[in-house]
Amino acid sequence: MKLDKSLIYMIGFLVGVLLASPWLPQWILFIITLAGANGLVVLGLMLFMRIGLVSFGQALFFCAGAYTTGMLCLLLKVTDLFVLLIASGIVAGFLAYLLGFLLAKYRAIFFGLLSLAFSMILYGVLVKSEKLGSTDGFTVAGLTILGWTPETTQMKIVLYGITVITVIVALLFVNMILKSPRGLLLTAIRDNEIRAEYMGASAISTIHLIYIIAGVLSGVGGAIAAMVSGHIDPNMTFWTSSGEFVFIAILGGIGSVSAPFVGALIFGAIQTIAYGYSPNTWQMTIGICLIVVILLLPEGLWSLVEKMRKKSRV
Amino acid sequence: MSNLLIVLIDGINYAAWLFISAVGLTLIYGVMRVLNVAHASFYSFGCYVAVTLAGYWFSHNYPPHLSFFALFGASFVAGFAIGWILERFLLRYQYAKDEVVILLITYAVFLILDDVLKLIWGVDPYYASDPYELLGTFNIGEMTYPNYYLLMIGSAIVLSLGLTYMLKKTRFGKLLVSVIHDREISSAMGINVGRFFSLTFSFGCALAAIAGGITTPTISVVPGLGVDVIVLSFAVVVTGGLGSLPGTALAAIIMGVVRSFCVHYVPQLELFVIFSVMALVLVFRPRGLFSLAEARKI
Repeated sequence: MKLDKSLIYMIGFLVGVLLASPWLPQWILFIITLAGANGLVVLGLMLFMRIGLVSFGQALFFCAGAYTTGMLCLLLKVTDLFVLLIASGIVAGFLAYLLGFLLAKYRAIFFGLLSLAFSMILYGVLVKSEKLGSTDGFTVAGLTILGWTPETTQMKIVLYGITVITVIVALLFVNMILKSPRGLLLTAIRDNEIRAEYMGASAISTIHLIYIIAGVLSGVGGAIAAMVSGHIDPNMTFWTSSGEFVFIAILGGIGSVSAPFVGALIFGAIQTIAYGYSPNTWQMTIGICLIVVILLLPEGLWSLVEKMRKKSRV
Repeated sequence: MSNLLIVLIDGINYAAWLFISAVGLTLIYGVMRVLNVAHASFYSFGCYVAVTLAGYWFSHNYPPHLSFFALFGASFVAGFAIGWILERFLLRYQYAKDEVVILLITYAVFLILDDVLKLIWGVDPYYASDPYELLGTFNIGEMTYPNYYLLMIGSAIVLSLGLTYMLKKTRFGKLLVSVIHDREISSAMGINVGRFFSLTFSFGCALAAIAGGITTPTISVVPGLGVDVIVLSFAVVVTGGLGSLPGTALAAIIMGVVRSFCVHYVPQLELFVIFSVMALVLVFRPRGLFSLAEARKI
């Protein structure tokens, strides 16, 4: 399998940070791990955008993954990281499989709004479930890894390591999909669905498949976010967090599988800096960035990378 | 008195509120194909303007019954002005873009405006319940209801009749309908489509602000209150069929009554039920209740 140069750089960066992790300040690790979790969700959104769809409800699967992890921890006392990650991926994937039958038929703004409705349904359920802490949510703690219970500091490095491995697997997997005939079909469906179908391809089954993949990615992302921040609440599935994912996707662009992670890292940085300087206006900073990116870089930050490449070739 | 009547009265009051909150959104979408997320900010903006003016009005002992006109008028004018500026200097240049991209631009505007409100009014809650108490109450059977219910329901009826009259009977409305059906032909016939767009957008924003103004006396005005309103409005306009006035009214009534039943009998399902109605309607009518079939473009 041929790998993009940018993909190799991305993997190199992640592994480099992993090797340096014992010497890095905790908050940097925290931001990068969270960016990894967000990046996984946005990777799914990027696949949608290749078909020309924007989901305003992807936080549904993010939250489903997080709550799977949290509830297994809380109610069934399952604390093993790997079991939790896999279980969250499966639950979110199954949910996506079910909803996919319906959503795969919708296009344009209706796809976005129907997925928004489903994420708000989950929000409505979680807010009213007293056992799960209602709007306050609950803490996720006492995680173990293959029977070993790491200390807090070690745990952060372990979580980062697991995130890096997950992200690399996801990057390679999505890269493989995009290079496959099915992946090439995505752009064809965006450009003209009817022509794509005349050539014998099924738009609905392709969208359904992508919906499941994005669901699994988001579920795993949600599980990581739950483990890293140690706390989950219904706001994870509120429409504003779906909005944040869409923002990251626009910021990064859809030019490459690495773009969502670049976007997520920059989002993490903007959020931390803006929030640190003035907590009441960080949304404004995000909004201004969004407008600037849409107006000046409609293909996202990744288009800058591509421009540089073209120049270096000339 | 039967329980059913109580449920219905609550439901219709909520439906009236839903309709007033959502009607600006559907108007803008119907004419311009812009789903305006910034609607939420205009709603909050209307609330803040009304609450500030109400404080001023009642502390200066102006005639209390005129306060309603002042509150709603101020919200309307403020919403209209900001809406006009937004259309004139930002949105006007974006119409060639995809619907979803314009939606994202309005989302960015929402993020910015929400923080601007925090900068102007701070993060502390405001109250202005004087107009609410001023109106007193009325009785049906043993139940007592605030007269404000009547004001809310009356406003919704006036608004829906007024808008229908404007669209069907006035010259402006007829021209607007032709712009809705075909921008290019209307423009070729000499209609200034740009001006219609900017008027519609400002008017839609003003309606959002008025909705905020009307609701203000019944709530505490806190930052981020528009966030909940906008998703409810989305649910209503999408269920009704984007851009359809009767659809929005019908969807508001259905959701209001269904929610009221839930609040009275199964309170756990309150939020859940509104979006379930939306999902259920979209399953059977993918473009909402009152939607027109659209030709597939090859």
